[in-house]
Amino acid sequence: MTSRRRDAGGRGIDRERRIGFTFGSRPYEGLHGDTLASALLANGVDVVCASPILRRPRGVFSAGVEEPCAFVEVAAPRFEPIMPATAVRLVDGLVAEGRPGVGRLPGDDDGAPAADHRHLHVETIVIGAGVAGLRVAVDAARDGDRVLLVDERHWIGGTASGSDDVDGTAAPAWIAAAAAELAAAPEARVLTEATALGIYDDGYVVVYERSVPVARVWHVRAARVVVAAGAHERPIAFADDDRPGVMLASSARLYADRFGVLPGTRAVVFTTNHSGHDAALALADVGLELAALIDVGGGGPASDRARARGVDVRNGWAVTGTSGDPRVSAVHAAGPGGAAETFDADLLLVAGGWNPAVQLWRGINGGLRYDDARACFLPDGTGPRWLEIVGAAAGEGLPTVAPFWFTPAEDLTRHFVDLQRDSTVADVLDAVARDLRSTEHVKRQTYIGTAIDQGRTSGVLTAAIVNQAWGAGPGAQGPTNARPPYTPVPYSVLAGRDRGPTLLDPVRTTPIHPWHVEHGAAFENVGQWKRPWYFPANASEDLQAAVARECLAVRQTAGAMDASTLGKIELVGPDVATFLDRIYTNRMSSLAVGSIRYGFMLGLDGMVFDDGVAMRLAEDRYLITTTTGGAAKVMDHVEEWLQTEWPDLRVYATSVTEQWATVAVNGPQARAVLTALGTDIDLDAAAFPFMTWRDGEVSGMTARVARVSFSGELAYEINVSGHHGLAMWEAVMAAGAPIGLAPYGTEAMHVLRAEKGYVIVGQDTDGTVTPHDLGMSWIVRKDESDFIGKRSLRRPDTIRTDRKQLVGLLPADRDRWIPEGAQLVSPGSAEAAPPVPMLGFVTSSYRSPILGRTVALAMVEGGHDRIGTTIVAATTDGPIEAAVTTSVFYDPEGARREG
Amino acid sequence: MLLIPCPWCGPRDEIEFRYGGQAHVGYPSDPDAMTDAEWADYLFMRDNPKGDWSERWMHAAGCRRWFNAVRSTVTHEIRSAYRIGEEPPP
Repeated sequence: MTSRRRDAGGRGIDRERRIGFTFGSRPYEGLHGDTLASALLANGVDVVCASPILRRPRGVFSAGVEEPCAFVEVAAPRFEPIMPATAVRLVDGLVAEGRPGVGRLPGDDDGAPAADHRHLHVETIVIGAGVAGLRVAVDAARDGDRVLLVDERHWIGGTASGSDDVDGTAAPAWIAAAAAELAAAPEARVLTEATALGIYDDGYVVVYERSVPVARVWHVRAARVVVAAGAHERPIAFADDDRPGVMLASSARLYADRFGVLPGTRAVVFTTNHSGHDAALALADVGLELAALIDVGGGGPASDRARARGVDVRNGWAVTGTSGDPRVSAVHAAGPGGAAETFDADLLLVAGGWNPAVQLWRGINGGLRYDDARACFLPDGTGPRWLEIVGAAAGEGLPTVAPFWFTPAEDLTRHFVDLQRDSTVADVLDAVARDLRSTEHVKRQTYIGTAIDQGRTSGVLTAAIVNQAWGAGPGAQGPTNARPPYTPVPYSVLAGRDRGPTLLDPVRTTPIHPWHVEHGAAFENVGQWKRPWYFPANASEDLQAAVARECLAVRQTAGAMDASTLGKIELVGPDVATFLDRIYTNRMSSLAVGSIRYGFMLGLDGMVFDDGVAMRLAEDRYLITTTTGGAAKVMDHVEEWLQTEWPDLRVYATSVTEQWATVAVNGPQARAVLTALGTDIDLDAAAFPFMTWRDGEVSGMTARVARVSFSGELAYEINVSGHHGLAMWEAVMAAGAPIGLAPYGTEAMHVLRAEKGYVIVGQDTDGTVTPHDLGMSWIVRKDESDFIGKRSLRRPDTIRTDRKQLVGLLPADRDRWIPEGAQLVSPGSAEAAPPVPMLGFVTSSYRSPILGRTVALAMVEGGHDRIGTTIVAATTDGPIEAAVTTSVFYDPEGARREG
Repeated sequence: MLLIPCPWCGPRDEIEFRYGGQAHVGYPSDPDAMTDAEWADYLFMRDNPKGDWSERWMHAAGCRRWFNAVRSTVTHEIRSAYRIGEEPPP
């Protein structure tokens, strides 16, 4: 394999610093400053990968992110599933191999790349560090702006050639001076290998910086966003235009200028504009032999200059195809009057014109217009006022083009348009033949533009072919929109450190949590909380056995539950009672200090929003509880109404969920447990009745004890400072042990409350359920005063008698358990022809140890009127017949909780 | 991501805020006196203009204050933000 590295030239490489790398399991050597593509070209590697569908050999086609051919997986030093070789900087120890269009996800051994996220505020961000971008950045820095200049390449200066002239200075010297000035500016920062993934509202730009040991995602907020992303040269479609050795003309020039690599020895150049002539002559200057210059245009100064240099210029000709195996060895061309000729060449340079890199501009609603002279879509000046676009991206310096999209031929099935999708001119015309007119539809038929490059080389070409096929002008419609990210970015990088159980989402635990862990509790997640689900007595006790034991302990002796996760909000102020009357369906202002009332909050639509109890602590002070999962939304609800509708009410609301720890002692022996704990509170039922609270000392700790019950048994909820939570729990366990008290978890709590028909908001309700639907009309006060949701309770829809209503279900077979969510149908439905009307569904279903049978709660159409009838649950294990009952299965008189 | 000028905290990223829909849809003074149609109109119907409109935001991860803002539904540009109780700027 011959080296294609020239002995001289290559201003972007350091010939003293050799870099070893592996490609496709073979060792190679490149130079510091190379991209993987330039190193592969230098080593004479013609074929980088196979094409994704047709498995045609593909080589390096371009020199940047527009690359549609040469895709690789990078295994080391940092795994990247798929990257164009043209965008991979060569580093020591790089290991890569070709990938046919589709990457693979990292395995465990590959290691997802770590990434940090950083935030930055600047006056000016410039995207693209070519000459145009550098100029803007330097001017802004001189004005004292904080400036961020980013470029996706690993160098600054973009694609400027060593022989270019900027403001009367040679480009390399001008670029070096600009870079030095920015380096010296205290508020300017330059990032290379840093891609602006997208521009969003109000000058928000997300930048992915790859060149650091830990990748970074920069979240930049800028007063002014300047797109200086340059322009991408586009190809022309002809037969076998994908053969290795076919390359964009400007890219070949960049490889010679920057890397000292000549990607071939003898070339044909196929051009629509003078940039093709310029590239050809610049390459000829460094030793490339020119077989012919095929110019679709009719001639002009550029052709004349080339002829003067002895180049065989063919004006009005076009390339028809290539031959070679796999690399180009011959180029076929045709001219006016049926002339045809084949040229020996190992390189075919294509210059089809230029597409300004307007993807980022377009993505934030920057407008475009078609420019006839330059045959491309240019920014039309409309867009957000903070957004600018400069340089080649705005059309600056782009040549006049003789539009030529593909070489006509009978067979267009090897005229590749989107090389990364193996889509051809024939595919586009086939889509048009199916009457597709929009490029968006053609995209979905042909997949053109859906690959990693998002149609950078193929989009405008496809649009032009579609326009031409429909007889419309070339600018009638443009290419499909590219969307962020501008180039691929691993999800792991976007995730950054927000991963794993602790950083993705906070885990909330109660002060008593260590005891639960130590005693082998099984946990369930409730919102962000970890709650004990059940407490297995030993390794062989399963969920069902543990829950049965825990339930019976509560019903027959005593149990204790960690209820600290219940949301708690303290409300204080002279108008607090008035406020609570407005947000609860029942009256809270009439509550005596020392008493507790259970209440519903409704949404404006009259649907149950949350439930809990309100404890009146003083005339102007209440503590309300919320569901565990509803604490934040209730706090939001309270604040919203106080701030937006009733700012005249003098009420402050404070979340105190975590300030309190709560141990709920339930069961006929609960009073004995409290007595054993030692308390100065009079526990006599007359002195301390159900639905009251008392402050006092319990087991030497300051406590507030509330007689509320979610099990239907005699119950005391002992509230202590969070700091004392664990100590109180341990005291309860010690005091309860001789009596037979058992700790119980959320599953037993669910069974106990379902036996009593107590609903859980969010399980038995789903945002479409009123208190009346739940059979809880008693909780809605009947007087004139208003509360949130009241008016909705007499909307025509909410007073329908056939609404779904909460009922109990008792399966005919006492041992059969109906799965939660099961649909309910009429008896006989199994034999009826579908569709069978659905009457409702099961919301809660348990085995009740105290009743020795299964029970369920369900929402059923007109359910209250169906009590006493039979209904059928349709399950995958066959129909289950059940009696419809009231929702209270146990102790319907409610005597037990009174104690 | 929008840059939202909280009238209390200054410009902050959208991610800190909670959206609250159309502004100046006040809770009726006497819901009981309203017909079903009037109540349904208050409850369910909101404007959907192309152009500027007033909407509610709450600085959930900041001062937790509700406020109103005038935003263009075409460009997402926020023209102004003002406190509860203040009239939208002309």
